[in-house]
Amino acid sequence: MSISSPDKGGAAAAGGPAAAARPDAIKAIPVRHWGRWISAAVITYLLVALVYSFVASPNIDWPTVWQYLFKPLTLIGLARTIEVTFLCMVVGAAGGVMLAVMRLSDNPVLSWIAWGYIWFFRGTPVYVQIILWANIGVMWTHFYAGLPFTGLVFGSTPSGPLVQNLLVVAVLALGLNEAAYAAELVRAGIISVDAGQMEAASSLGMSPTLTMRRIVLPQAMRVIIPTFGNETISMLKTTSLLAVVGGGVEMFGRLQNIYAQTFQIMPLLVVACIWYLVVTSILTLGQARLEAYFGKGFGMQETEAAEKRTARRTLRANAAAEKSHGDQGRA
Amino acid sequence: MSSQPEEGHLIDAATVAAATVGQPMVKAEQVWKSFGKLEVLKGVDFVVQPQQTFVLLGPSGGGKSTLLRCINHLEKIDAGRLYVAGELMGYKERGKVLHEMKARDVARQRASIGMVFQRFNLFPHKTAIENVMEAPIKVQHVPRKQAETEAEALLRSVGLGEKLDTYPAQLSGGQQQRVAIARALAMKPKLMLFDEPTSALDPELVGEVLEVMKQLARDGMTMVVVTHEMGFAKEVADGVALIDGGVIAEQGPPMEVLVNPKEERTKLFLSKVLA
Repeated sequence: MSISSPDKGGAAAAGGPAAAARPDAIKAIPVRHWGRWISAAVITYLLVALVYSFVASPNIDWPTVWQYLFKPLTLIGLARTIEVTFLCMVVGAAGGVMLAVMRLSDNPVLSWIAWGYIWFFRGTPVYVQIILWANIGVMWTHFYAGLPFTGLVFGSTPSGPLVQNLLVVAVLALGLNEAAYAAELVRAGIISVDAGQMEAASSLGMSPTLTMRRIVLPQAMRVIIPTFGNETISMLKTTSLLAVVGGGVEMFGRLQNIYAQTFQIMPLLVVACIWYLVVTSILTLGQARLEAYFGKGFGMQETEAAEKRTARRTLRANAAAEKSHGDQGRA
Repeated sequence: MSSQPEEGHLIDAATVAAATVGQPMVKAEQVWKSFGKLEVLKGVDFVVQPQQTFVLLGPSGGGKSTLLRCINHLEKIDAGRLYVAGELMGYKERGKVLHEMKARDVARQRASIGMVFQRFNLFPHKTAIENVMEAPIKVQHVPRKQAETEAEALLRSVGLGEKLDTYPAQLSGGQQQRVAIARALAMKPKLMLFDEPTSALDPELVGEVLEVMKQLARDGMTMVVVTHEMGFAKEVADGVALIDGGVIAEQGPPMEVLVNPKEERTKLFLSKVLA
């Protein structure tokens, strides 16, 4: 039997007449993609022209851009944009998990309530919802504590202070809307977890709640996180819609208020774009880290972490052995 | 304080002793189960005594896996009674009326019955030792330190002392199944259920899992095993039952059922399996 092996070791080991020397590595002239080079050149040329027409345009006053980019007014607005985004995503995530669990519940009432909620908030535009929440005070002038339909009222308070607070309106409008989308995300994540996982957990005596919390949700996270990261980035940009209710609860509304008076429209829009791009870029980086965290056990990359833990374990064991040895010595 | 198994044993003496008090470990009386219109079990009776290994054999779709899953109430039975260690599974009987148990009470019953699955079903986001520690800590509220020590000892005794911090995805099928057995044993169960534990394994990995199961049988664990491993049944089983078409076609000691079967159905099955 003669098996010629391409690697040196094999050839040396075979050693027989059939074991030929390794032929020279192939050195071929690569195919030239002239079409690619030409089209790339044309596109680059056009792109440079476009960017130049924008940057060098006399209609954009760059000094104004730089001036407003780091003005406290802009920076505070940016801080508030991030704050609103964060609060809305917290409300959205908590609501989403709750709705998803309700939707998957055996209790038909809970399941249908979740379905109805998702139906309403996904079925109406978020812009309309913002305006609706901003005007909710017209509908609910007072909050009552009592038993509905019985006329029994223990106390009441005017709704004004709460529903006229723009931050509350923002978080209600965008947070409740986000919860509906997040619910579908979480539900998809939960469904994606193998049914065998739930069986294994229940066969170990874990209750349904414990199984959900310790086994199912952590695995669902792997599916949920990438999309949830996108949702966060999307939310950051959606907060700009809050400009419609005025008051500068976020950055874009504040900039809009300024250019409405000074007519420096383009420079301020550029300022807004720059900051949105900066923050979305940072969020994209953060998303990659979260994905790595929740992806543990699904790749090969944690070999190193496992090795470290094993090393720590060995150290501990050695220390314990030494200690017990010392004890024996004393005895 | 919890006792530790002695060197070379998978379970401790206290667990064995607790299992041997009086009554049968598993008692099935006229168990019926259907999925919609499909009748899967049609009146199954059997008894497994403490410390015995009972093997369920039979063709696919015959109902043996369903029967196993009924024992720890992963499936609800439609008629009959199923007792584990004298306790009715999944229901409380008051007078002549059956009351469904709350999820929490069913969970408590299941905590004392270990189960090993064909597809291992390890928790992929947890390392081997975390898989084993999870239920003792969260269900039995064993202190973390103690759970870790016991988990480590268990994994060592199934030959996985080097793989404590490894995730399931990086383990072979045979290693995963041994972690799964250790995970079930960590709850100090009085009964172990095996649902075709070697069917998803590469042939050369079957032996290492069977070896652990044989050790368990020698240590006195009560086991109900669904398997196609005739060698295991002959060597280890105290009783075997051939299930086909939702009924037990024949049951008895392995040397009778597997070597000198009385029923035509058993002879036919054995001729196919052993061919």
